[in-house]
Amino acid sequence: MAKTASKQINKAKIKPLRFDTDWQYDPAPESAAAAQIEPEYGLFINGKWQKPDSGQYFDTINPANEKTLSRIAVANEKDVDRAVRAARNAHEKVWKKMAPAERGKYIFRIARIIQEKARELAIIETLDGGKPIRESRDFDVPTAAQHFFYYAGWADKLNYAFPQKKLNPLGVAGQIIPWNFPLLMAAWKIAPALATGNTVVLKPAETTSLTALKLASILQEADLPPGVVNIITGAGATGAALVEHPDVNKIAFTGSTSVGKIIQRSIAGTNKRSTLELGGKAANIVFEDAPLDQAVEGVVNGIFFNQGHVCCAGSRLYLQESIAKEFIRKLKDRISTLIVGDPMDKNTDIGAINSKEQLNTILRYIQIGKKEGAAIHQPACSLPKKGFWCPPTLFTDVAQSNRITQEEIFGPVLAILTFRTDDEVIEKANNTPYGLSAGVWTDKGSRIFNMTRRLRAGVVWANTFNKFDAAAPFGGYKESGFGREGGLHGLSPYLEINS
Amino acid sequence: MAGNSTTVIPPDFRRTAPVDQTGIEERAARFTKRSIKQSSKRQALNMVLNMIDLTTLEGKDTDQKVRQLCYKAMHPHDELPNIPTVAAICVYPNFVRVAKKALDGSGIKVASVATAFPSGQSTRAIKLADTRFAVSEGADEVDMVISRGKFHAGEYNFVFDEIAAIKEACGQARLKVILETGELGSLDKVRRASEIAMYAGADFIKTSTGKIQPAATMPVTLVMLEAIRDFYYKTGIQVGMKPAGGISKSKLALHYLVMLRETLGQDWMSNEWFRFGASSLANDVLMQIRKETTGQYQSAAYFSVD
Repeated sequence: MAKTASKQINKAKIKPLRFDTDWQYDPAPESAAAAQIEPEYGLFINGKWQKPDSGQYFDTINPANEKTLSRIAVANEKDVDRAVRAARNAHEKVWKKMAPAERGKYIFRIARIIQEKARELAIIETLDGGKPIRESRDFDVPTAAQHFFYYAGWADKLNYAFPQKKLNPLGVAGQIIPWNFPLLMAAWKIAPALATGNTVVLKPAETTSLTALKLASILQEADLPPGVVNIITGAGATGAALVEHPDVNKIAFTGSTSVGKIIQRSIAGTNKRSTLELGGKAANIVFEDAPLDQAVEGVVNGIFFNQGHVCCAGSRLYLQESIAKEFIRKLKDRISTLIVGDPMDKNTDIGAINSKEQLNTILRYIQIGKKEGAAIHQPACSLPKKGFWCPPTLFTDVAQSNRITQEEIFGPVLAILTFRTDDEVIEKANNTPYGLSAGVWTDKGSRIFNMTRRLRAGVVWANTFNKFDAAAPFGGYKESGFGREGGLHGLSPYLEINS
Repeated sequence: MAGNSTTVIPPDFRRTAPVDQTGIEERAARFTKRSIKQSSKRQALNMVLNMIDLTTLEGKDTDQKVRQLCYKAMHPHDELPNIPTVAAICVYPNFVRVAKKALDGSGIKVASVATAFPSGQSTRAIKLADTRFAVSEGADEVDMVISRGKFHAGEYNFVFDEIAAIKEACGQARLKVILETGELGSLDKVRRASEIAMYAGADFIKTSTGKIQPAATMPVTLVMLEAIRDFYYKTGIQVGMKPAGGISKSKLALHYLVMLRETLGQDWMSNEWFRFGASSLANDVLMQIRKETTGQYQSAAYFSVD
């Protein structure tokens, strides 16, 4: 037989590739012993650990095995008031008056200590939140350190960011952060606030308080003046008390759109400023001329990164019809190589769902998708008995009007739709109340510019997805919120800017 | 005739699938994050050893040198029981007969470079004669080089026809087509050359001669593995992969195995479909196998160089 070109083939006989290989990876667990978690945490107010006035504590668990990791204090209204007063006092007496370069030194010091304690922070993040150790080690912790480094640099250069303007800090910032990137979101909130001369009361999410509390001990080690950053823990009521406190000048919130709306109602008519970073339902758009295998990676990273608990997750995939079949085959092959399981294993790609509540939400949406008539595909994988798990899930034959296309699921569930023309996909991609992010995959430069101009989303990635940099602003359109975090843009929400 | 049965028609090679370099590099880096421990490491080291094409391609090669290499191929390290042999030895055509005799009955293949290796700058007639000579001397496998000049000039039909002609001259011998990716300049061109080679009849595609830097890299190999996968799904034909040059440490070889496992899967995980073209890799693998067996590293002085 001379050349392939003369061979007869029977397409029906081509078998799918087999990824259930004889050669398997042995477990490679990171050691939990390398991290120190206290059995109980109080509230970090005025530079000291304090018992909560509420007298109450709640358990924080490891979502991968449901074991209790620690007991955490519940801050009530009085505790919130103590924290805000400490922040006000520190602002008036110390932080506002400090030379900007000195403030920068503290922020640099925090960044360096985060780097020194990177391994421990990564372990705690993974134990408390369920995300794979590879992600907390390679993404969450280094990116958090980078954010502090970046804003430390701005502290004494604000007049270059806003030339010819008079700048004043706002005062006390109340900051409420979500459970998907606990340490990183704390960094996103605290670093720009400190660099611009504000003081902070931060409330982490109730399921993932541990790295924020570890950060409190880092702030102590950095010798940050008492009260400049206060960290209080608790659930929704604690957050509400912080939002409603009359002496808070600014609310920065990252979380769900429904809570964002409550916050906006609550502060309406006050002179509190706010930035809200809310939900999303990003479109990831693959054109027929795209580098398909790299697009597959981007799609996988877009929806399965951090179990899909990402506000900018690429949860709607739009495939140009001519490549849809091939692309879905590639995607199915790819997800059968994803390793789901123990988040502490260095080889794990998809860890545990953050909480039972969130797992129930995801499972409910999977049922909805099935009822709506979409075809479901999940790779064969064995899940641990204890803990909260959801395999990577693809839905094909999905319609634009399906709820799984329209509503944020916040889990590893991808809705796959098709399109024919550029205009059609722009209309469909924008056909959502959200507008946080989008992705465009094409080999054609001019198409990228056309798409980025017309997509109504705060971030549009071209031939990549879920890329973050402290120097790049991040934030939403429409119900995905307002205000920008990161970059030079991230300074202005913490400044009073007068000409 | 069944409706599914069709003839393989070569595509327009000017329009091969685009490759995004940044994306490929990111994906390749991800494979290096897999942690290979304990029994999976031992299994992998044995697999790597068994996939090596032990190579000598020097102007100063002699019969005696080739015989020594053949003995090493059959007896990598006699102190270690139950270790596999390498897959093949790879030599110039004029040493094929010597190697064939030395390896008789061992099951180890003899691969011969041909076609005016390594530059490929010669006439078709000479390349065909070179190939026929290697095969008549007993080569089980032929490693040819493509005409990179013609490829860069856009003469894809010339490159295709040349590979097809060499394939014909190979007869029963399996043909590995060396793209010399270090001279191709972009991953798009690596992808294009891979497709030309496969459609023209390559049994294996191979990165490099080992004479040009850079030789094999993980991104380049990934592009070729993905081309192999797409070709398989289009035609049902399985094509092998051989990264060659620059892989001298076990750890790197394990990263390649991870990449192979997660790109092509089970059916490619043997030396029938995957090879490492290397000379110094074998001893590093042996050193690691010994360490896994006894718990201690042994000095390089205990491992024969040839």
